[in-house]
Amino acid sequence: MDISKEKLEWIYTTMYRIRRFEETMLEQTLKGNSMGVAHTSDGQEAPPTGICAHLTDKDWIGSTHRGHGHCISKGLDTSAMMAEVFGKSTGQCGGKGGSMHISDFSKGMLGANGIVGASIPLAVGAALTAKLKGIENESVGVSFFGDGASSQGVLHESMNLASVWKLPVIFACENNGYAEATPSWYAVSTEDVSARAEGYGMPGVVVDGMDVFAVYDAAGEAIARARAGEGPSFLELKTYRYHGHFHADDTSKYRKPEEEEYYKSLDAIKHFERTVSKQKLMTEKKLKSIRDSVEQEMLDAVEFALSSPMPEISTLYDDVYVNYSNPIAGLR
Amino acid sequence: MTTSQANNPLGPGYEGVAGSEMRFRDIFRDTLRAEMNRDEDVFLMGEDISGGFDKDTKEPLDAWGGPFAATKGLVQEFGVERIRDTPISEAGFVGAAVGSALTGMRPVVDLMYFDFVTVAFDQLLSNAAKSRYMFGGQTKVPLTLFARSGAGTGHAAQHSESFYSMLAHIPGLKVVVPSDPYSVKGLLAAAIRDDDPVFLVNDKKLINLTGFVPDEEYVIELGKGRYMRRGTDVTLVGMSYTSVVCQKAAEQLAESGIDAEVIDMMSLSPFDEDILIESVAKTNNVVIVDEDTPRASMSSEFAAVIADKGFDHLDSPVKRVTSPHSPVPYNSALEQAFMPQPEDIVKTVRGMLGRD
Ligand SMILES: Cc1ncc(C[n+]2csc(CCOP(=O)(O)OP(=O)(O)O)c2C)c(N)n1
Ligand SMILES: [Mg+2]
Repeated sequence: MDISKEKLEWIYTTMYRIRRFEETMLEQTLKGNSMGVAHTSDGQEAPPTGICAHLTDKDWIGSTHRGHGHCISKGLDTSAMMAEVFGKSTGQCGGKGGSMHISDFSKGMLGANGIVGASIPLAVGAALTAKLKGIENESVGVSFFGDGASSQGVLHESMNLASVWKLPVIFACENNGYAEATPSWYAVSTEDVSARAEGYGMPGVVVDGMDVFAVYDAAGEAIARARAGEGPSFLELKTYRYHGHFHADDTSKYRKPEEEEYYKSLDAIKHFERTVSKQKLMTEKKLKSIRDSVEQEMLDAVEFALSSPMPEISTLYDDVYVNYSNPIAGLR
Repeated sequence: MTTSQANNPLGPGYEGVAGSEMRFRDIFRDTLRAEMNRDEDVFLMGEDISGGFDKDTKEPLDAWGGPFAATKGLVQEFGVERIRDTPISEAGFVGAAVGSALTGMRPVVDLMYFDFVTVAFDQLLSNAAKSRYMFGGQTKVPLTLFARSGAGTGHAAQHSESFYSMLAHIPGLKVVVPSDPYSVKGLLAAAIRDDDPVFLVNDKKLINLTGFVPDEEYVIELGKGRYMRRGTDVTLVGMSYTSVVCQKAAEQLAESGIDAEVIDMMSLSPFDEDILIESVAKTNNVVIVDEDTPRASMSSEFAAVIADKGFDHLDSPVKRVTSPHSPVPYNSALEQAFMPQPEDIVKTVRGMLGRD
């Protein structure tokens, strides 16, 4: 296998961190410690991990309402993420954004986004910046979106733009089979979303999104192509979300238990563990020490979020603009 | 009960009218059902309005029954042709609804959260609102849309907007904002039967509220407001959920001997200029309360009309209590500070009447 030891450790740490962040966050949300709506991405660890393994802080990603895995893969701090979900002043956005709007521009993360499809052209824009500055080799744009989002017009416009301008973009469609309760076979007119790629003149491939090595390889090719100035690519990552659409959603109303069991048998983390032990690439001792440190990190994140202060009410009026001469505070 | 009586209820429990206490969400669904039974050209489109399909049988599962279960059960009654689940393509299916309305159907579209209207905005503004006018009256667009607005539920900036003023700004579009189970029944029925495009904006905070609903069929005339409470000292103008907030403020004001009148506008375009002027002529003081942001808003529009047509009645400047000129924050304390509260209204009224 052509992956360094450090990279393997990073991949395992990242996938386990996503898994445990989501489980912990969901538990905290159901306890009432989160201040709002939260979408979990456990089960879908492989796509963001396998893709972001090739990226640096100079590369940009656009994300979705289900964005925690993208954030973690891009290196965001889990304590600041948890604090944001708890609405605290120490949160990644000072408690203003919440779960659906976590971002970190210092890490090349353009923000989770609550409008389905809305972040797709942002990654195209980041790639346009790279092209204008002549730094495509070190700054590509990756757009994460779901099977549901693939029906938005803005995806199609964005793909065409990226293609005619030959921009360094990776369209990463995380097809988890559902948009809310709507199955993708109902809403998407082709068997595979990646079939769209041909119509916009870019390569499109279907990738096993439960296998982080497959994702890593496919993403490596697409990103190398982008960095070489050869334009955009489309990856469709077939994956599965373990929990409901949002924290209070009951999947038993629209998914069969056999289907859920089947995907759990493909679990991306277990698949990784099996592969590295079979090929003697990582010891169980090493794997366990990574898990232990992530467990501690989650305890710390919750503790940090719980003990952090609430934002000052005056921050309500901050950052609407950079400059604005009228009062924002309203008419009370 | 005639329409004009229906327009003038003094709150719930009107004497002698048969009816019952109902949840907003239940009467909303019952009204959709009644309108679909009444006219077979009426059909419904939106994301997850039944929600989910069996892989093998392809039958609808009605797993979501619509956002906030607004349409639960309707697919069993009317089938998948008339309760039509859509892909996430707001520009496409709103545009298709306009096209279908132009050719003889009466589509009703559930846009889920009000914020998503922007994805379909071009279809609403350029096609739904203008077709009749620019084609010289040859056609009409009997389209109804509805969506959920409002802060207070931890949905953050992109799922909490109340910018119905943006819709009311558009010539050719009508906008209504129910504030209780009674008004949603009459307004939704009127919207669906109306031959122009009508957008019904429904604040999320109303969905689980209950209130008195007359049994009989009725419509509320578009463009009419109503009195929720009679008073003599000050007029509180509410719309959508702020009509509830105004009633709470009026109760608090009553404790300190201030007798507030509460108007619920119900319709934003067209809107009831007469009721505004009639009330201000009596109370001589007015506070307009809106969760929408204040610039170029319904509150500024109502204030302009009162200044123009009711100036001589005023003892004090027209006051507004609105959200700040900002997006909606996530943190719940900030969110509460964003929304107009009864206390903000009380403070404003006391200030204007010199009773601090
Ligand atoms: C423009 C818009 N329409 C509808 C929604 C409501 N909504 C939020 S997530 C979602 C489903 C998205 O499905 P998909 O793109 O497959 O992502 P997944 O949730 O499966 O990760 C919908 C319909 C929204 N947020 N924005
Ligand atoms: Mg999906």
